[in-house]
Amino acid sequence: MAIDLKDRITDIGPPHYEQFLPPVIKENYGKWKYHEILKPGVLMHVSETGDKVYTIRAGGSRLMSIKKIRMICDLADKYCGGHLRFTSRHNIEFMTTDESKIDEIIEALAELGHPVGGMGKSITSIVHTQGWIHCHSAATDASGIVKAVMDAIFEHYANMDLPAKCRIALACCLNMCGAVHCSDIAILGVHRRPPIIDHKNLRKVCEIPNVSASCPTAAIRPATVEGVASVEIIEEMCMFCANCYTVCPALPLNNALNDGVSLWVGGKVSNARQEPMFSKLAVPYIENEPPRWPTVVNSIVNIIDVWRKDARNYERIGEWINRIGWPNFFKKTGIPFQKEHIDDFKHAGLTYKRSAHLTY
Amino acid sequence: MAEKTSETPLLDELEKGPWPSFVKEIKMAAETNPMGSDLLNLLERSYREKICHWKHGGIVGVLGYGGGVIGRYNDLPEEYPHIAHFHTMRINQPAGWYYSTKALRTVCDIWERHGSGITNMHGSTGDIILLGCHTDALEPTFQELAKNGFDIGGSGSDVRTPSCCLGQSRCEWSCYDTMAACYDFTMTYQDEIHRPAFPYKWKFKFSGCPNDCVAAIARADISFIGTWRDDIRMDKDAVLEYADRGLDIQKDVVELCPAKCIAWDGKELCIDNRACVHCMHCINVMPKALRPGTDTGACILIGSKAPIIEGAFLSSVIIPFFKMEPPYQELKDLVEEMWDLWCEEGKNRERIGEFIQRVGMGNFLEAVGVEPVAEMVAHPRENPYIFYEEYFEEEDEEEEEADE
Repeated sequence: MAIDLKDRITDIGPPHYEQFLPPVIKENYGKWKYHEILKPGVLMHVSETGDKVYTIRAGGSRLMSIKKIRMICDLADKYCGGHLRFTSRHNIEFMTTDESKIDEIIEALAELGHPVGGMGKSITSIVHTQGWIHCHSAATDASGIVKAVMDAIFEHYANMDLPAKCRIALACCLNMCGAVHCSDIAILGVHRRPPIIDHKNLRKVCEIPNVSASCPTAAIRPATVEGVASVEIIEEMCMFCANCYTVCPALPLNNALNDGVSLWVGGKVSNARQEPMFSKLAVPYIENEPPRWPTVVNSIVNIIDVWRKDARNYERIGEWINRIGWPNFFKKTGIPFQKEHIDDFKHAGLTYKRSAHLTY
Repeated sequence: MAEKTSETPLLDELEKGPWPSFVKEIKMAAETNPMGSDLLNLLERSYREKICHWKHGGIVGVLGYGGGVIGRYNDLPEEYPHIAHFHTMRINQPAGWYYSTKALRTVCDIWERHGSGITNMHGSTGDIILLGCHTDALEPTFQELAKNGFDIGGSGSDVRTPSCCLGQSRCEWSCYDTMAACYDFTMTYQDEIHRPAFPYKWKFKFSGCPNDCVAAIARADISFIGTWRDDIRMDKDAVLEYADRGLDIQKDVVELCPAKCIAWDGKELCIDNRACVHCMHCINVMPKALRPGTDTGACILIGSKAPIIEGAFLSSVIIPFFKMEPPYQELKDLVEEMWDLWCEEGKNRERIGEFIQRVGMGNFLEAVGVEPVAEMVAHPRENPYIFYEEYFEEEDEEEEEADE
């Protein structure tokens, strides 16, 4: 395709944010004094100048059609002076200085199918990856599980009825485009079958030294198979990270019989109270059950219910578990503890219990 | 679409329930674009077969850029011809994800003309994701977007699109201007965003306070987390107001303080600010009464990442406190120093966090010219295996004596 280089524009970067700020935001930039949550999904920020801005937070589905975006723009034109914003968790925020418009905005959003909530001691939108909609290495779908889970725990989105906030995230393989590893509950797609090597094409599409080097456990070695340069994989050393597949398309791991979902709990990124922490393994494997993944949904509902009833005020899932201890987490949730829960990667020993501090 | 009846009983199940449905969104796109109906049918097939139907990558892009477009082809192009090519374009979002409806409509119009009409608002790193573009449409889409002020973001082994929380635009806790810093770094490193030249990806994330709303500590190679050095600002009347309204200050604030630096006698709240670890809990619970101080800046941490390859890391402290003021030259010099070292010594697909683990934080600090300080560690080493690089010989002592 011929490209006209004259007048071609590159490296301009994103548009400057200032042109998109609603007037009340622009005028009070850096002057905000405090905020209150007036009701689920509605924030009031008060400025040093006395100005107030009301924010209505609506759940988004991350995947949006341009038709829906235009409908949302219509709403922002009608009520918010033609401005809106999105949050880091796929929520959509509408800002107004007119308190009397709040309920109208909520109603208009409900008509579009976008509920309001996700603030304070609640569950907010699940951050997630592409899944079967658009990814080559997905061990599960993303949007489908997220939709099914959010439907089941919707009351905790629309109400602030939890001990603390709860952040759920989903990544459809270990690459974790969504960096789910510090979430209160992480849903992680997992492969469980070593790559099926396409010996015929491997040397044409991959650099063999790179493929060998990509394996964190050194399970991949150069080998000549049926007279062709290729690789061999020591299957018992494969922990299904798929790093080799990222480097080399001739090593697919996707497998309908073995792919599925794992659940991880107790991570957080905020520094509030306890330090940020990683999520830890709760359920090693649940098979894919499209379209609504009932076992995944029920497991998550169960974890949230047990936490909700047992935790103290402001205790996030990880803080609750740190207080009661992991044996009690497994006891209370009824999740069986098994071999897979015990780490056997590098520095695994650091995770063994090395004291007699136990509850009986 | 006329050529294919859209029989999607499994996906139709996901139109039910109170949460917004992505299936409805794809169906809306399918009303005017056959790419949408092909996507729906292919996804239904994935739901039936429990496997994805997308092939591995492929190098596509726009002229002169090496990143920002993710190649995607389906493995059944004869059956799903409209999405035989279904590439992703990452469009650099405006800082803080604020939009005018005019700008959003412009993006929609361009995407209607050239692509599937399906987006993600937004992708995990923060970009606007335009999902489903034919190879031939990439360049025209890009140039139309560019004429309207938008540019492509990062992918592959480059600087990924930097992102930030909304900072001082609407949050009283933000300890520096995250949106200004994010925009400044994004503009400074346009070349590094568009032309991958690193061992692997590099992410900048800017959070205004230790609540870390963009998860900088979990996923940025360099994390800028706002904090303060002076005293928490307190409105004593507002403290009493919270108590009157039923907040159990002793139980919900004092007892949850990780530094145990708050006392409450029923009338007055006392904070030992020198012992405060700046966790934000008390401020989060009483936003009307407590605020971060005024000597503000950021704690700068380095090296977080998801598990691939060496396991997941959180970022660790490299500069305990830095006044975040433009043009941030000292920080940029440090970042570039790190890049030089990492590009020279890093292995393919090795994030800087993994590189630091391999060479040792002490050696890394020495190479980039940063003095070690106790704030960088949770505790000093527990093993005695210290690598001393020099030792004395008998002759050294004699020489010294001779010098005297």
